[in-house]
Amino acid sequence: MSDHEYQPKSKAGKWFNDRLPLLTLGAHLTDYPTPKNLNYWWTFGGILTFCLITQIVTGIVLAMHYVAHADLAFGSVEHIMRNVNYGWLIRYIHSNGASMFFLAVYIHIFRSLFYGSYKSPREIIWILGLLIYLLMMAAAFLGYVLPWGQMSFWGATVITNLFSAIPLVGESITTWLWGAYSVDNPTLNRFFSLHYLFPFLILGLVVLHIWALHIPGNNNPVGIDIKKPSKDTVPFHPYITIKDAFALLMFMIIFAGFVFFSPNVLGHSDNYIPANPLVTPAHIVPEWYLLPFYAILRSVPDKLGGVILMFGAIFILFVLPWLDTSKVRSAVFRPIYRQFYWIFVIDVLMLGYMGAMPAEGIYLVLARVGTIYYFLHFLVVIPLVGFFEKTDPIPMSISEPVLSGGAEPSLAKKDNEKI
Amino acid sequence: MKKFNLKKLLAVALITFFPNLINSAEQIDPIKVNWSFKGLTGKFDRASLQRGFQVYKEVCSSCHSMQYLSYRNLGEPGGPEFSDEEVKAIAASFEVTDGPDNQGEMFTRPGRPSDMFVSPHPNKEAAAAANGGAYPPDMSVLVKARKGGANYIYSVLVGYEDPPPGVKLDQGVYYNKYMIGNKIKMPNNLEDGLVEYADGTESTVDQMAKDVTTFLAWSAEPELEERHKLGVKVIIYLILLTILVYLSMKKIWSRIDSEM
Repeated sequence: MSDHEYQPKSKAGKWFNDRLPLLTLGAHLTDYPTPKNLNYWWTFGGILTFCLITQIVTGIVLAMHYVAHADLAFGSVEHIMRNVNYGWLIRYIHSNGASMFFLAVYIHIFRSLFYGSYKSPREIIWILGLLIYLLMMAAAFLGYVLPWGQMSFWGATVITNLFSAIPLVGESITTWLWGAYSVDNPTLNRFFSLHYLFPFLILGLVVLHIWALHIPGNNNPVGIDIKKPSKDTVPFHPYITIKDAFALLMFMIIFAGFVFFSPNVLGHSDNYIPANPLVTPAHIVPEWYLLPFYAILRSVPDKLGGVILMFGAIFILFVLPWLDTSKVRSAVFRPIYRQFYWIFVIDVLMLGYMGAMPAEGIYLVLARVGTIYYFLHFLVVIPLVGFFEKTDPIPMSISEPVLSGGAEPSLAKKDNEKI
Repeated sequence: MKKFNLKKLLAVALITFFPNLINSAEQIDPIKVNWSFKGLTGKFDRASLQRGFQVYKEVCSSCHSMQYLSYRNLGEPGGPEFSDEEVKAIAASFEVTDGPDNQGEMFTRPGRPSDMFVSPHPNKEAAAAANGGAYPPDMSVLVKARKGGANYIYSVLVGYEDPPPGVKLDQGVYYNKYMIGNKIKMPNNLEDGLVEYADGTESTVDQMAKDVTTFLAWSAEPELEERHKLGVKVIIYLILLTILVYLSMKKIWSRIDSEM
């Protein structure tokens, strides 16, 4: 937080601010000292805020026309597409918006992994972020069920059935979740209710996420602690706001490309077939952003084991700050970790691909290899690399390439250029 | 030894990334048609839409419903764009069940443009019973509901042929080389000259299949033309705004960069 005390100029402003210091908050957000070397990977926080607001606004409008009933839901979506003014636009923004949201959140998470943003003193920011990510996955899954197409219905059946793997109480929990003895109208009703609730929970967590961020301030590509405010920082406005705006516009162009020119390419054609409990689709696949976890789930022959590993794959991220033994944050100065980082990226992409393929033959083998490596990365590679890796010399500040080690100054310059 | 491993690896990679290679015996890819509605500025062929509606009305509609469409849609921009009189006449040619009246009785009346398309059967079960147990799917969004979209629908319509030797078909099942599993319960309903087109176009099987597929593509995405038009405007606007914001950003950051 910036230390200076903000005083409104007008008398009315002062009166208000003494009672509710919103103006102080505004001044803090404007002046917030931000590292000046942030690259474009740091613009995804702003992009994600845009995504969340877009989903909430379009979602509220869609809810005005949508009917959460098993017999009417599919038709009400078609009503939105055909009869509601610009209903097709609002729905396509919302459905593609979910994909864009996940695209942005994955970039945001992998940025943290590369630059070590999850490490001390930012563990709470990281954990809040993961909670947001978990709620996002839940909200996306619930939302995908609402059109009540074939993939909606069978996706809901597969995912809710996971809970039946819990010993002793599993079956009862599943029935309780359904509100019936199978996925049915009560399930759809509660899914709609929860789908409307979760974005506001996410919004609350986002406030905490940003609050927690403003205590230590942003990490940066060099990964070093910086004095704030100093020569190394710029005020958030206008420097970061204009940069975020530029990146957001680029993002919006891609977003618009999907919405206007291939609005269904990220979905599954089966979801335009009304739900039919008597006909199972040939391949039940979740949306692309859940595929790596789906691959992990299916790679275990035992149902309970699969469920544990799938949830474990997410929960292991919560303890990552304590699994990482390296004192150096940024992978720019970690030659060994950097290579493992890219192997991990490829591993997750491969798992995603395997999740889309039928769980048989070579796909299953590769999914298993990918799953094992996923956990090895966190449980073995990250702790050990931190111990044994010889990191490159780190500059003392962003502006001055002074080295902590005895290496040549030219080395640091080279590293700065890479940033 | 090393060479053998490399080959094996290559085979694994091939199967992984081109799964169609091993599945190719079961199903062939649909025919690729150069539809007028493809691409960034794609539009429907108005005359083809009108002919396609005629094929739907005279052939498909005896089994397939299109319950999400209204007759008024036929006159709306971006669709077949029949004139108001034509739409009224089309709607009036259907008997619509309405009611209950103030005696509590249902009654029939001629259709109005605001009515939804009349379904050939009162419900799914009746439709299935009338078609040997197979429900003819509602065609409102059929093009979006099939992998391969318009190409797939067109291919199935022209893909009927005699079963290869060794393939036995049950009563009421037909062989179609593009259908998933190659077995289809819909008979080949198209034959040359079946429909007498109002605009004088020769009604070959290929022509009718293309026209009705175009009509179905529109019914699945009636917003397509408006979407394309708006999309071009939105993206041009975004690009111009991006350039302006980029220049502003350079200007603002030049204060900092000059210090560095």
